[in-house]
Amino acid sequence: MTSAVSFQKASRHFGSVRAVDAVDLDIVPGEFFAMLGPSGSGKTTCLRLIAGFEQPTSGSISIFGERAEGVPPYRRNVNTVFQDYALFPHLNVLDNVAYGLMVKGVGKAQRHKAAEEALSLVRLPGYGARRPGQLSGGQRQRVALARALVNQPKVLLLDEPLGALDLKLRENMQEELKSLQKALGITFVFVTHDQGEALSMADRVAVFNDGKIMQVGTPEDIYQQPKTRFVADFVGSSNVLPPDFVQRYSGQHRWGSLRPESIRVGRAASAGTSGEGVSARLVSTNYLGATTKLALDADGLRLHAIVPAGTALPGAGEAVVLTFNREHLHLMDEPA
Amino acid sequence: MRSDGSQSAPLGLKIAAACGLLFLHLPILLIFVYAFTTEEKSFVWPPPGLTTQWFAVTWNRPDVWQALSLSVRVASISTAIALVLGTLCSAAVSRTKFFGRETISLLVILPIALPGIITGIALRSAFSLADIPFSFWTIVLGHATFCVVVVYNNAVARFRRTSGSMIEASMDLGADGFQTFRHVVLPNIATALLAGGMLAFALSFDEVIVTTFTAGQQQTLPIWMLEELIRPRQRPVTNVVAMVVMLVTLLPILAAYYLTRDGDQIAGSGK
Repeated sequence: MTSAVSFQKASRHFGSVRAVDAVDLDIVPGEFFAMLGPSGSGKTTCLRLIAGFEQPTSGSISIFGERAEGVPPYRRNVNTVFQDYALFPHLNVLDNVAYGLMVKGVGKAQRHKAAEEALSLVRLPGYGARRPGQLSGGQRQRVALARALVNQPKVLLLDEPLGALDLKLRENMQEELKSLQKALGITFVFVTHDQGEALSMADRVAVFNDGKIMQVGTPEDIYQQPKTRFVADFVGSSNVLPPDFVQRYSGQHRWGSLRPESIRVGRAASAGTSGEGVSARLVSTNYLGATTKLALDADGLRLHAIVPAGTALPGAGEAVVLTFNREHLHLMDEPA
Repeated sequence: MRSDGSQSAPLGLKIAAACGLLFLHLPILLIFVYAFTTEEKSFVWPPPGLTTQWFAVTWNRPDVWQALSLSVRVASISTAIALVLGTLCSAAVSRTKFFGRETISLLVILPIALPGIITGIALRSAFSLADIPFSFWTIVLGHATFCVVVVYNNAVARFRRTSGSMIEASMDLGADGFQTFRHVVLPNIATALLAGGMLAFALSFDEVIVTTFTAGQQQTLPIWMLEELIRPRQRPVTNVVAMVVMLVTLLPILAAYYLTRDGDQIAGSGK
């Protein structure tokens, strides 16, 4: 099957900066693909390579089997939802949405009808006459989405589209984007630095660091079985365990990771009888609503544990014993 | 509270402000009055009598029409050149990063900071060095040096306020370079260009210093007025023309002021 987007050893260097460095990537048609990474990791440059705003320094990119190098953005069947939405302030909402059709020469009545439909799709029917300046952030975001979707792109690129929204709105939009994607069947490529967003929305996630892809996989893969320390730490702030520590529990001298929610915290006195577990000291507690995050110090090794709210907790500075199931200890590929 | 906005200023300050404004504007009113005086050889106060005959005299003087027409043509062409070059230059400076960008930005603005007499002498010696005879185009060239700055400054300020991703968005939605310019860039900078263009026109229309060095024997309207003051003949004609010049210059400046007062300052209006 032809990939929706395919990178073959694609690089984009800016002088000595390797923004994207020899990336191989295949995005399956119809999937919701997230590019996750810290700022400066190359994920946005990858998106701009697909959109055509950047050209690869070396390697090649194809979109549905067609070579993309040298093809300008306006001849690609790909549309972008920009981080700052980039709505045209001099046009009303309807003309903003109809812009893509207008420059393609679609007649006024027809393009306005299509724009109205796109506005209904993003649940903003009847907002056509307003100016972008009169809309809230969330509404502008929907207009930007409608403006991209009205062109029926083969691939929709979203550049941190939820970054400027408040938490509640962001959660709503996450669900909405996901159901929209399922309904339309368009390939979505979504750039984000928010691991929660990537895990909850995407079918597959690529984790970027320093212009390279660290790991590609389903959210479960990425979360449960990080291949490197970077992925373990960046996706869900796993506890990264040094090889010496891991050897004591698994017998193998390799880096390991342990999810904070896999750690059970007991009082030193009660757990001491079993003879198992890691003795540690509770440094601080951080109340997060549904859960409480504990910072622990196990003989110089900093660990985090997440326990359900309401768990009886020892006070800060007290000795505790940490236990976990061996199968939750994940061994990483990265060499020790 | 001294800085309280609702409290009115002390009486002394109000009087001082009124005096300042009168000092600035009374002489202009005098020019208007002298346009109607019956005394031809010199300006006497109070005017011995009032007449409107000078309007008819002015109307029938061919030298006035020649000077006026030259000024209008020079101002129009200079403004047109400034609009094209100023917009291109501001787009380049604000949209892209390249080696020497700051230098170019400074060099473009320099003519407005330089005294007109320096620009004038420089141009004159350059023209004579290159053996270029004085013509309509030498005046236009001289005026364009500062007209470009005015347009450039206005356009640059507007470009800085418009989001760069808008142009990318337009390309992304299928518009090529020309369509993007026509449908996105131009509508967004139109008022800035209008303001800059009108200001450039007004500056060119009453320019004297640079013009004296680049005009040769031709007379633009302000030059003609200076000549009239030196050789008195039907003096009130000058005042009638002065009134016209003032109105022609004032209206575009006022319009530019109202068009851009939300946000942009009219850059370079001090020339």
